[in-house]
Amino acid sequence: MLRVFLWSGGMEYFIELFFSGLTRGSIYALIALGYTMVYGIIGLINFAHGEIYMIGAFTSYIIATVLSIYGFPVLAIVVLAGFAAAIWSSAYGFTIEKLAYRPLRHAPRLSPLISAIGMSIFLQNYVLLAQTSDFLAFPELIPDFDFMEPVAHIVGTTDLVIILTTAAAMFGLTLLIKFTRIGKAMRATSQDRTMAMLVGINVDRVISMTFIIGSALAAIGGILIASHIGQINFYIGFIAGIKAFTAAVLGGIGSIPGAVLGGFVLGLTESFATGYVSSDYEDVFAFGLLVLILLFKPSGLLGRADIQKV
Amino acid sequence: MKTGIKQSILAASISLLFTAPGLMAGDTIKLGVAGPHSGDLASYGIPTIKAAELVVKEVNAKGGINGKQVELLIEDDVCKPEIATNTATKLVSDGVDVVLGHICSGATKAALPIYKNSGIVVVSPSATNPGLTQSGDYPNFYRTIASDDAQARTEVDFALDVLGLKKIAVIHDKGDYGKGLAEFAKTFLENSSKGEVVMYEGVTPGAVDYSAVVQKIKRSGADGVIFGGYHPEASKIITQMRKKRIKIPFISDDGVKDDTFIKVAGKYAEGVYASGPQDNSKNPLSSAANAAHKAAYNADPGAFYENAYAAALALLNAIDNAGTTDYEAIRKALRDNKTNTPVGNINFDSKGDAVGVGFSMYQVTNGKYVEVK
Repeated sequence: MLRVFLWSGGMEYFIELFFSGLTRGSIYALIALGYTMVYGIIGLINFAHGEIYMIGAFTSYIIATVLSIYGFPVLAIVVLAGFAAAIWSSAYGFTIEKLAYRPLRHAPRLSPLISAIGMSIFLQNYVLLAQTSDFLAFPELIPDFDFMEPVAHIVGTTDLVIILTTAAAMFGLTLLIKFTRIGKAMRATSQDRTMAMLVGINVDRVISMTFIIGSALAAIGGILIASHIGQINFYIGFIAGIKAFTAAVLGGIGSIPGAVLGGFVLGLTESFATGYVSSDYEDVFAFGLLVLILLFKPSGLLGRADIQKV
Repeated sequence: MKTGIKQSILAASISLLFTAPGLMAGDTIKLGVAGPHSGDLASYGIPTIKAAELVVKEVNAKGGINGKQVELLIEDDVCKPEIATNTATKLVSDGVDVVLGHICSGATKAALPIYKNSGIVVVSPSATNPGLTQSGDYPNFYRTIASDDAQARTEVDFALDVLGLKKIAVIHDKGDYGKGLAEFAKTFLENSSKGEVVMYEGVTPGAVDYSAVVQKIKRSGADGVIFGGYHPEASKIITQMRKKRIKIPFISDDGVKDDTFIKVAGKYAEGVYASGPQDNSKNPLSSAANAAHKAAYNADPGAFYENAYAAALALLNAIDNAGTTDYEAIRKALRDNKTNTPVGNINFDSKGDAVGVGFSMYQVTNGKYVEVK
């Protein structure tokens, strides 16, 4: 049956859909990395993560607008806006953890979860009131490269940049966690927080670092995705957040490669469902797959079954 | 008791004063006005009363119609079908000649059979349900507003006749408004011999990327897209289409005929077509009707005011042209004679829809929506 579908469109159509799915999957994965990191360390689903991504997009919008008034070159705008957004979003991530999660660290697991949902709603409404409820036109920060023109009908420049950034972020994070001191401390905290404290790891600092790294990634995602779809408003974090969270669960929440794999699986499923069946059923296929995978592998594709919180 | 007698004489003379026009009942033209005049939806019905009052005042000042004065009979239907039947019965038993109303489609539908049985012509300024005219069940029904499907009709006619498209992809956002329009567009395309629907699909609003559906549009071989929905999705889809080097025309609705769309989609908005209500602001009768309202009530007119003004004018003009209040004669006059109204110089087609009232096509040209002539 699948073969009939595949042949029905020809190879080129298949490749086009594949790249659509890859772009979409990379977008989900970039945001999913933040969910999975925080869960891996403190076992909390940080529902406000989607809002951090949205704040990153707003910050880069403001910085990019100001810089383009002063006539900065495009590359400088991208880099500076990206840096500013990463720093600003990290500050938010750090503060949210301090205000809303740290006081509840020893409370029942449900309490920080509710606090996270509250934070998410608060941040949405804060941006709504402090900024605007309108859709804003996000500038096209990534110019079309000339060498991409022959394949522009399959994969655009922004698509390529998003895919490469996601890949780089995944490898960078994996290296960080495997080979650096802070990475070792993160692994230790994740395995046994009390024990980590006993051997002299500053657990609070490790958790703060996790939020800072995750938020910076979300901000980078914000600038890339916003310049891909060309518009932002206060609500974009919610929908993107739900999909990214689904990707993280699909791949095995707590696992870095799992978040990326989950993002790709989700993005590709949606893309092929749209291409070969109908976009009306895009979400049906995506969430059907989620249920199916969780039935057979409750901890997700790359998740460890032995996660047990004490 | 002296004062008592004085009072009763006064009362008698006052009542005589008021009943005097009643004695000449046969000599007036009775125009019924029905709609919600109280309750939640009163704001939809009251502007119609004001329009009728202003039109009738003007007509009576000029000596009336066929030498008779026009009298208003105003009845409330609260926009409810079950009450609208009572309203209609009351108006019929009071001997109305023609009715301006009702306002809501449901109430209109319930009331129409009663008027039909009594041979009374009804003109609504606001009932947009397509079936009211298209079903052919209500030969006594006319309206001065475009029906719900008129927008889709405008888009499809434009795509087929003006742009000469043959294969059309119909996309919508799964919402009531967008999907409703897309369904009408699909039906019209299927019933037309000039073009076909090569793709009919809904997209998920708010998604981060629409490139899969855009690739599907390309593969379907469509030479044009009709999109039903609002501007956030429209701007994402048009941007991704153009980025994927798909240059076919993009036609949408008044949910997209919004300056925010042009602002957000930027250079990709250029050349996009969108339908929107026709612009009456340059019609001198429209400004005159609005000025009359402002002078009489010291406020801006409310919903459907211009349509109601046009309906009242069309009805009275039809009676004038027919020279009688006979059912068939009025119907013929409504079809055959044009009336100059705030919504244009209109007459009615055989089904009861006003010819020339409805939607126009606009195109984004140099960052602005410009009407396509």
